[in-house]
This record gives sequence, C-alpha cells and structure tokens, in this order.
Amino acid sequence: MSAATPLLLEAEHLTRTLEGDIPVTLVRDASVTVGIGEFVSVTGPSGSGKSSLLYLLGLLDTPTSGIVKIEGVDATALDENSCAALRLEKLGFVFQSHFLLPEFTALENVMLPMRHLGQYPDKIIQEKAFALLDDLGLGDHARKHPKQLSGGQSQRVAIARALANDPLLILADEPTGNLDSASSALVQGILKDLAHGHDRAVIAVTHDPAFAAQADRRIHIIDGAIVTPPEGVSPDGNEA
Amino acid sequence: MRLMIAIALRHILARKRQSIVSLLGIMIGVAFFLAISSIMQGSQKDFIRRLVDNAPHITVSDTYRNPAKQPLEILHPGAIVEIRNVKPQTETRGLRGYRQILEMIRTIPGLRASAVLTGQALLSFAGKDVNIVLNGMIPTEIQGITTIDEHMAHGTVDDLIANRDGVIVGTELMRTMSLDIGDNITLAAATGQVRTFKIVAAFRTGRADYDLTQVFVDIKRVQAMMDRPNRANTIIINLDDPQAALDVARSIENRIGYKAVSWQESSEDILNTLMIRNIIMYTVVSAVLVVAAFGIYNIISTIVMEKLRDIAILKSMGFRAGDIKRIFLVQGFLLGLAGIVTGLPLGCVLMLGLGQITFRPPGMEPLKMPIDWSAPQFLIASAFAMGAAVMASWLPARKGAAVLPVNILRGGQ
Repeated sequence: MSAATPLLLEAEHLTRTLEGDIPVTLVRDASVTVGIGEFVSVTGPSGSGKSSLLYLLGLLDTPTSGIVKIEGVDATALDENSCAALRLEKLGFVFQSHFLLPEFTALENVMLPMRHLGQYPDKIIQEKAFALLDDLGLGDHARKHPKQLSGGQSQRVAIARALANDPLLILADEPTGNLDSASSALVQGILKDLAHGHDRAVIAVTHDPAFAAQADRRIHIIDGAIVTPPEGVSPDGNEA
Repeated sequence: MRLMIAIALRHILARKRQSIVSLLGIMIGVAFFLAISSIMQGSQKDFIRRLVDNAPHITVSDTYRNPAKQPLEILHPGAIVEIRNVKPQTETRGLRGYRQILEMIRTIPGLRASAVLTGQALLSFAGKDVNIVLNGMIPTEIQGITTIDEHMAHGTVDDLIANRDGVIVGTELMRTMSLDIGDNITLAAATGQVRTFKIVAAFRTGRADYDLTQVFVDIKRVQAMMDRPNRANTIIINLDDPQAALDVARSIENRIGYKAVSWQESSEDILNTLMIRNIIMYTVVSAVLVVAAFGIYNIISTIVMEKLRDIAILKSMGFRAGDIKRIFLVQGFLLGLAGIVTGLPLGCVLMLGLGQITFRPPGMEPLKMPIDWSAPQFLIASAFAMGAAVMASWLPARKGAAVLPVNILRGGQ
C-alpha cells in the first residue's frame, strides 16, 4: 500500500497474557497497522493467537500492554461503554459461526445494530437492511428465520449484519471455516470486494491458503508473535 | 430501550411453556396476596369501625392525667420537697362547670358533644341482683353522639324525652331478669337512694356484658340519685372524622386540663395487635410471591445460560453491559406485569367467592366475610409482585451483563 493511505487501525506492541498459576501469553508484542481499502489476512497454526489478536484489534478484549488506535483514537484508554459505542459505529464482526439471533428473521438480525444505533427511523432501517441482504443475494430470504437458512446463507446474513452501520473495519474470524467450498468462495469474494470497493478495511483470520492468498497483505503469527511468513509455508503453518 | 424490549419479548415468546408456568406462579401469588390481604384489611377495617362506633370518639372524664401539685412544689420548682401526712381533700366529684366546658368544646368545628353523668347502681328484681352502670344523659342532645340509637331493639332514644322516668336497658338484662318493655325496675344507688324506672326501650349491641350492665336514663335522675346536682362526670364527643380524635383530644385536654381520651388512646393495645397481625399477614402472603419469584428467576437464568452466545454477539455488535442487563430485567418486568394483569382478576374472583361465605356466630346475626375492595389492596399486591419479579430477574440479568464476549467466542470456536 502507498504511504498516502490514511491509517485506520494502529496497534502497537500488543501483548495479552492470561493470568493464572501458569500465565499464558496469547499475543506477544504484536504491532499492526491497517489502512483504508486494505484486505489483510491473519494466518498461523492453530492456537497461535490469530483470533486473540483479532479480538484485541476489535476491542473485544483488553491488551495486557500496548495500545490500539482506531482513526487515531486510543481505544485502550476508553471505558467499556465507549468501546461498545466504537464497535457499534466503526467495527463489524463476522465469526466462524454465524451467531444470528435465532428468534429474529434474517432481516431483523441485520436491523439490530442499526436499531441500536438509532440513527434512522425504523422504516428506513428496514429498507437499508433489505438492500444489504439483496446486495449479498439474499433478497428472497430476508423474512426467513436463521434455522431455515443454509450455512452459507447464514454467514452472508452475518456479513450483512456486520455491515449494517457502515463500519470502517470488518473483522472476520474464520468466516469460511464452516462453509463448503462454493459458499466459501462466495464469502471470500464478498469480503475482498468490501475492502477494495467500499473504502473499508477487512481483517480476516483464516487457515485457508486460497483465502489468505487473496489478501493484499498477510500477517503470520506463530506462538502469539508476528513473523515474516517463510516462503513455501502454508497459512496453517504446515509445510506445503 | 424499545429494542431491548423487543429482544426481551422474543426470548419469552420463544419459551411459551416455561413462561406460562412462571407467569402462573406470579398470577396465583398475586391473586392470593390480594384475596388474603383484602380479607385481613376488611376485617381490620370492620373491627376498627366497631371500635370507633361503639364508644364515643373522645371521652373527657373528671380526672387529671397527672396528680395536682402541692403548693410547695409549685413554689420551689425543681427542688426536692418532702411533705408528710398529706390528707386528700374530699370533694364532690365531677367536671366543674361542665356547661362552660361543653360550650367551649362545641366551638371546635366538626364535632358533637354532650355531658353524661355515670354512676353505679344495683338492680334487684325477683331475688336477683345485677350491678349496673347508670348512664345519665341529656336525651335531646345524645342523638348522633352515642351509637346506642343504632342498636335499638325496641323503641328509640326519644322515648326518654317522652318519659323522664324511663330507662333504656339492654336485651341481655331483660332476658336475665325476665323483664319486658313497660315493666318497672327499681334501682338502688350507693348513696342509698332508690328510684323506680319504667323500661321504655331496649338496645342490643351484641356484646353481652355491655347489654347486661349498661342502662340509660335522664341525667337529672342520676344527679338526684348520686347527690350530685348540676354535675356531670363525663363529656362524650363524636367527630365527623374519627381519625382526628387523637389531635382533637389533645387540644381539648390542653385547654381544659381534664383528661380527654381519644378512641385511639383507649384502644392502643388493640391497634398495636392489629399492626402485628398485619406484619405477620404480609410476611406470609409475600412468601407466596417469593416462591413465585423463584419461577421467574429460574426461567430468566435459563435464558441467560442459553443465550450466552447471543449476549457475546450483541456485545461485539456494540451493545453495552447495561443494555444486556435491561433485556433481562425487562423480561422479569414483563412476566411480573403479565402475572399482575392476570392475577388481579383472579384475585377479584377469589374475593367475590370469599365474600359469599356467611358466618353464624352463636346468638348473633349472620356475618359476611368483610372484604376490603379499596385501591390500596390492589396497589400493594401489584407492587409486591412487581418487586419480586424484578428482584428475581436482577441476579441473572447482572450475570448476563457481566459476560465477556471473548470468553464465549474463544470457547465457542
């Protein structure tokens, strides 16, 4: 990326240690910067701290040391409610499981973050939510409940929900982990398109080499520390 | 907040059976609370009404609350004074200047007052003796002050005006002494004077000893029998607002010096007993609601446990801990509200049913269960139910709010 790209996320020297009889360090001195329009993948072997890093970047977890800045604002200095407000407005999450609320229809699930933000009247929120689902090819399924949807459809609803408040940064944790290859390819395409076409950044944790290869940049983690990915090593850390 | 209510509602509706069971608990709790507390309050109000009605609201008697001070004590206030061989003065008992006192009392608005002279007398008839209390009253004034005219079995109080030598007796006395209306009875006072009265009317209050021992005659006759001309020893006062008796009695006593006792003061022990009874009653009926609240606690903590992932995702979406807490508190509130809305009508049905029950105490008219239908009963039952429901949801709500999304997401993948 060119140096002119405005920085969206800056994380400096993040360390996360779980206290206990034997302290476990999940993330070790990790520094990450992500600019607008970037699609970054995070790879590494199982248990290397990929997800933990993502949670720290997404303000879901508090680092033991180090800081996370979102658009230049030090989020680690904010209280819980301010972090929640930041997540609501600027961040969108997609997880391996879709985590849709089962009591609500696909459309209502997408409307949830918008209604919580309360920026628009309900009618407009509904229109926007429908448009998001329609963009992801789910216009016909908007009124269905999550259990009536396939895994790929649910994951696309989850992506639509992550996009609801037009976030700057999408954080995806193994978004294709539970999907078949066709759905997986579809979701990958959507995420890539989100970063490149909509002035957003996407950070995706994955151990799918094909997915990681589509990213603009790859962050490889081993034992919680960011390393330069050696050539010929697949994203899950095994020799290719 | 609307969103939290919507989410709360969906959670409850998704568990209809469980929700209905916990709602039934609150409903039955509210119904019983309402029915029992309205009976207790009803009987208490009934009891207090009898207490208030059966005796004058305020009785001014010819005694002082504190004994009169010796002149020496007044001269040396605060000093230790010892006086030996004090002989009490013998004086004609009674309220001094009762007419002036009456006039003064009657200047207070909202009350009726009349003077009474009471004394002991012995009724001998057919070889039987009964100690009776002679109530000498002014028949023209007594209407609306004593409640005896509400309990007349034969005749009226006005019969005393027509016949100055008449007497009103209780039915119990008539039964004991085999008397009838129109009979003459002879009363002997402690002074030795004997007079004959004609029974002109009879009353029945239902309290056997009162109906046996109290008789009512013209005050003039009692004054003569007791050798206390132009004296009265009691002023009885009836108020428009019985609850004001305590204050009115105090102000009368401050102005005239004689002891003025309100009905509250003379039945303080009974009122205290009633209060203890209320505390016990509310404790017991609250227990019903506390048990019902466990139902609510149960369903909401089940929802919280089942919804840990939803809570995590909502938090990652930007819901604050307070928002999550509100979702579950709203559930408790909604269940409580539904329990109240259904429980109050059920309680009314119970109250109607209980109101039909008729008692037949021996020797008395049949009594219906007194039920208090006043708004406070409904409000108290609702407030207790709502309190229990919200308290029951507060613990799981707090637990739900404290969920750290990271812990759930880590475990969930």
